[in-house]
Amino acid sequence: MNNSIFTPRPTREGQGGGSSFKCDIILCGVGGQGILSIATIIGEAAMNENLYIKQAEVHGMSQRGGDVQSNLRISSDPIDSDLIARGSADVIISMEPMEALRYLPYLGKDGWIVTSSAPFVNIPNYPDIQDIQAELSRLPHVIAIDIEQIAKENQIPRSANVILLGAAQKALGLDYTTLENAIRSVFARKGEAVVEANIKALSLGKAAQ
Amino acid sequence: MKKLLLGDEAIALGAIDAGLSGVYAYPGTPSTEITEYIQGNSLARERGIHSRWCTNEKTAMEAALGMSFMGKRALVCMKHVGLNVCADPFVNSAMTGVNGGVVVLVADDPSMHSSQDEQDSRFYGKFAMIPTFEPSNQQEAYDMMETAFDYSEQQCLPVLMRVTTRMAHSRAVVMVKDQARPENPVNYDSAAANWVLLPANARKRNDKVTAQQAQLEEDAALSKFNIGPSPIPSLVGKGEKCPLGIIASGIAYNYVQESLKTLTPQQDGREVPVLKISQYPLPKRLVRELLNNCQKVMVAEEGQPFIEEQVRGVFESQNILGRLTGELPRTGELTPDCVAAALCNAGVTAPLATRDEQGVSPLVVARPPQLCQGCGHRDVYTALNEVLKEYQNPRVFGDIGCYTLGFLPPYRAIHSCVDMGASITMAKGASDAGQWPAVAIIGDSTFTHSGMTGLLDAVNENANITVIISDNLTTAMTGGQDSAGTNKFEAICLGLGVEPEHLHVVIPLPKNMPEITRIIRQEINYHGVSVIIPQRECIQTFKRKAKAKKQTPLTPPCRERI
Ligand SMILES: Cc1ncc(C[n+]2csc(CCOP(=O)(O)OP(=O)(O)O)c2C)c(N)n1
Repeated sequence: MNNSIFTPRPTREGQGGGSSFKCDIILCGVGGQGILSIATIIGEAAMNENLYIKQAEVHGMSQRGGDVQSNLRISSDPIDSDLIARGSADVIISMEPMEALRYLPYLGKDGWIVTSSAPFVNIPNYPDIQDIQAELSRLPHVIAIDIEQIAKENQIPRSANVILLGAAQKALGLDYTTLENAIRSVFARKGEAVVEANIKALSLGKAAQ
Repeated sequence: MKKLLLGDEAIALGAIDAGLSGVYAYPGTPSTEITEYIQGNSLARERGIHSRWCTNEKTAMEAALGMSFMGKRALVCMKHVGLNVCADPFVNSAMTGVNGGVVVLVADDPSMHSSQDEQDSRFYGKFAMIPTFEPSNQQEAYDMMETAFDYSEQQCLPVLMRVTTRMAHSRAVVMVKDQARPENPVNYDSAAANWVLLPANARKRNDKVTAQQAQLEEDAALSKFNIGPSPIPSLVGKGEKCPLGIIASGIAYNYVQESLKTLTPQQDGREVPVLKISQYPLPKRLVRELLNNCQKVMVAEEGQPFIEEQVRGVFESQNILGRLTGELPRTGELTPDCVAAALCNAGVTAPLATRDEQGVSPLVVARPPQLCQGCGHRDVYTALNEVLKEYQNPRVFGDIGCYTLGFLPPYRAIHSCVDMGASITMAKGASDAGQWPAVAIIGDSTFTHSGMTGLLDAVNENANITVIISDNLTTAMTGGQDSAGTNKFEAICLGLGVEPEHLHVVIPLPKNMPEITRIIRQEINYHGVSVIIPQRECIQTFKRKAKAKKQTPLTPPCRERI
């Protein structure tokens, strides 16, 4: 379901000096899918770029297999609100296709959805996946890929979420090497093998966008 | 040094850098990460800062008072309902006063993301005559910690610091100090405080603290964390008034700022005066300054209308807009959207119509939280439901923890859940009223938090109840913290007087179903107190430990957290 009308947002470099940069991101999925590690990597990248960051997370009850989301805002100017206003998000990054649709009211007119295409079915009334795919393909800017499948094929089963991040790189408007460096520092503690697996995941995602 | 920190982490680091000697806490969303951060912090370990979890919020508050008695700085952390549990020592700590600084950090949860109510802790501060701080962002949370400890020692009073979910669980870059202040030495100079609250002493202290309130309010007016009212309306003196001014506190201040910056201003291009409140008692002097220069004032605050009600007392009430007048929602969390709409309706900013919002897709269905696959609570409910089918009108009194999810399908197994420990005592009360079977189901951490005393009541009257302590060896709901009673439950129950032949430990696994159902049936049929302890480790902590073992086979076991 790769999208035909692909109009990438300008990267930071592309914007020329002095102009202001802002990206409001909604990260979502099902409790336990690892959306917070995507947030950590973007946060690290943004901090290295000297951008302002605000990231509201939801902890607690909802993490038990319920829907979870995090509002991540990065900007070259100071940020006031921790939450993103309706109709103003630039990107929705979702680990699950129905969850991507849940936050549509927050997406801006030209916003992007970057989502895993594989449904996570842990409720009896999960809708028909074909309906969800049809709904997604009606939207103008969508990248939907089967990250679990790609991760499995490439023997990096624990890095599916970073594949998704790679696929969102242009939509985020962040430089690829900035994200790569952020991955190196975030995963450094876990050893070189984990770092390499995630770098590979990022490049696989990038190729899929 | 710059650090990307969660609000809770900024608070924790702020406390360590302010010379903290001990954090005393019981886990509770959204406050849990404060203590966890201190437990994992290297300087805290080096200094031996106390950070082990307490059995409940009351034991935490009292231990902190003991540390303060010795002259050292102590932090107490809890979620809002925890303040109900430690209300007795909290309120009385204003009467004793403090020696070493005490900060009581309470995290409120408006909109009840993970809670049973949305009470606003600022009322407790006012009620107990304890000064209250409320940060609006992570940097302020970090900086405020040191100010709060200094202020606590200067005033010989504990300080209440109130945050809300979005403050606690939102990350931002924070400038932190390179060096932490040293800890206070032990001292016996507790003269300012009065640690024996016999009426004769308490009366003197009560007079003193009451008299202190005027000073506390003036300090709040001068607090460096307040802003405004600014810009001071240029109309002062000309007899003209600004159409609208705003009072904002906590996270709501951010939404107001965002709206004022991003939306087109009305009011003939005039700036809107804003007063940011970050320290209480409410500085009425500043409020009056704003009110005198504005026709109307809107109050935006997270939680209940705490400021709004006080302001109404000093101003014509139809000119105060906020939660009480419906400009802002009466309950629940504020959002940038509802604040923007309120400002727009008040004529401060242009209408929001420019934003193109998409509707919610009709395909999207709710995805409620649920018990994990492989969780022992599941097996407990399967067994319990199977047995209870055989009885007419059985009643199951639930409690607070992961196992509260047993209320939802497919189990639909519990009939009540009120506050920590209420399962046992409610079952007893129901049994006193003639109910049978009356079953209580309670988690291990909840049992030591507040269930033991209720069990003693039941034993003393040999109440006709069956208590199930579903022991997963951890405090799971809040993320898997150590549980105070692990390995002690049989001894505790026997010590409280439960008869050995009516105390059973079982392993909740599908293969043990015949044994578990037999025991439950037998104990329901026994007319008296019985306790069944299904015991199997939480699947999440089990997985986490297995993973940690696999990843670092060569590292020595980490030193027990102090
Ligand atoms: C007074 C109070 N303090 C803290 C909490 C937060 N809280 C909710 S559930 C829970 C843990 C319960 O642990 P346990 O009883 O062992 O059950 P489990 O979640 O492990 O199944 C805590 C600390 C609360 N709701 N009320």
